[in-house]
Amino acid sequence: MEYKLTFREYNKSLKTDKLLGLKCNNCHTITCPPKMTCQECASTDLEVTELSGEGKIVTYTVIYVAPEGRENETPYAVVLVELKEGPWIMGNLIDIDPARVGMELIGRQVKLGHKVFPGDKYSDGDAARPLFSFAD
Amino acid sequence: MRRVAIVGVGHTDFMFDSPKTEVEMFAEAAMDAINESNLKPKDIQAINCGNGLGDFSEGQIMMQSYIADDLGCFNVPATRFEGACASATIGIRDAAMWVASGYYDIVLAGGTEKATAMGTPLATRTFAMGHDSRYESPAGMTFPGFFGMLAHLYSSRYNISLEKLKEQMAMVSVQSHEYGVRNPHAQFKKEISVEKVLSGFMVASPLQLLDCCPFSDGAAAVVVASEEVAKKLTNKPVYIVGTGQASSGKMSAQYKYLPRIRAREVSVKQAYDMAGLGPEDIDVCELHDCFSIASIIAAEGLGLAEYGKAGDLWEKGEMRIGGKIPINISGGLKSKGHPIGATGASQTYEIVKQLRGELVDQGRQVDGARVGLVDTLGGDGIICNLILKAD
Repeated sequence: MEYKLTFREYNKSLKTDKLLGLKCNNCHTITCPPKMTCQECASTDLEVTELSGEGKIVTYTVIYVAPEGRENETPYAVVLVELKEGPWIMGNLIDIDPARVGMELIGRQVKLGHKVFPGDKYSDGDAARPLFSFAD
Repeated sequence: MRRVAIVGVGHTDFMFDSPKTEVEMFAEAAMDAINESNLKPKDIQAINCGNGLGDFSEGQIMMQSYIADDLGCFNVPATRFEGACASATIGIRDAAMWVASGYYDIVLAGGTEKATAMGTPLATRTFAMGHDSRYESPAGMTFPGFFGMLAHLYSSRYNISLEKLKEQMAMVSVQSHEYGVRNPHAQFKKEISVEKVLSGFMVASPLQLLDCCPFSDGAAAVVVASEEVAKKLTNKPVYIVGTGQASSGKMSAQYKYLPRIRAREVSVKQAYDMAGLGPEDIDVCELHDCFSIASIIAAEGLGLAEYGKAGDLWEKGEMRIGGKIPINISGGLKSKGHPIGATGASQTYEIVKQLRGELVDQGRQVDGARVGLVDTLGGDGIICNLILKAD
């Protein structure tokens, strides 16, 4: 059985600031990032849907010790965002001073953009990453 | 299914910059385990070797085959188990299942790792391979980052101020170092203070240097045998009475359940059910404290503390010897060290020593311990648990 939405298609779309997910025709859960099955009921009766890219920060960290090749990005904030449609996705947070943020970030409304991680020797090419900025 | 016991154990020193290779470290720990079992290499029927990152640290895959040959266990089936930091634990669990099934009578299981050979940037990169490489690593995720996010989520979910939580997290690290000082194999034999933890440099907020376990080199191994064989070999068999293993999706796919790790709850329930025991029966526990907050989250998932309350127990000394449930009396990953492919075998070694009552001289014996629990977490969601019992 083929994927309804592969990484390659998801990635191509995110590069145009369009966030794609999967709507379950069985339990109506939205799954994002995409998987073979619905993340709640494991149904394969899914259809591709475009998500708003709007949500709120549920948690964050500011990274000071980076993986090899990303040292010049530090410090940078990684956030988990609960999208309006339900799923959580991971991305970076911009328009902040990462060294000065704290727990007040949790609950802030954000909207999605993107930035392309060009990849490294282990990554099989590039990958767009969600880049969130404040919407409130 | 037959009853299965651990009949011998071995453990190298854990350290920075080991002068030994991964094969050498494994073989040293394994030969100690074989000798302690009153066996010869020719008696070993199969080898399960945990290893996470030998491909990157030494440019070596399939080291398990060379390990079998180095040990003189010529041509036995040797299998690498890769479950990130839980690699050795899943290797021991599978060894127990093979022996329980009757297919083998004697299996050697353990793990080895030489993480410090990579240096911090490459080690941080390769450890981050234990996240979803397509959907989460592009954001620059790291392992401390995963637990940093869980710490902030824990603070917000259970309504504990970050300041208070960080103090409790610091106490977890302080306790680990206090016991690590007494463990001859530990990487750090040095006491630390809450003030020192809270003044360390930031790794991934809110985790500072001493909230984090180190990169480490080392190996540990155990010999697993059927009850019938075990009784002939030793008068101190330690039985594997319960095992569990479970997997997870990427961090975002675990969403609403976080900061709880559902896989841990699934895995430990399998182990408790198989053993016919519950959290109240555990006398001593080695759990996966890769970061201070990880200990708090693990203790709760294992049923050893109420959700949102484990930090209070560390604060009150209930996780020490003499407390409600002694945890990480080895020094834990924090002080003993965390050579990832070896960690589960090291935890198992420690519980076997506790249940045999062999740690009196080291000043860290839990008096009368009969039942012990091993908890290992690989990446962001492979969990394996073992329940061991003295006869």
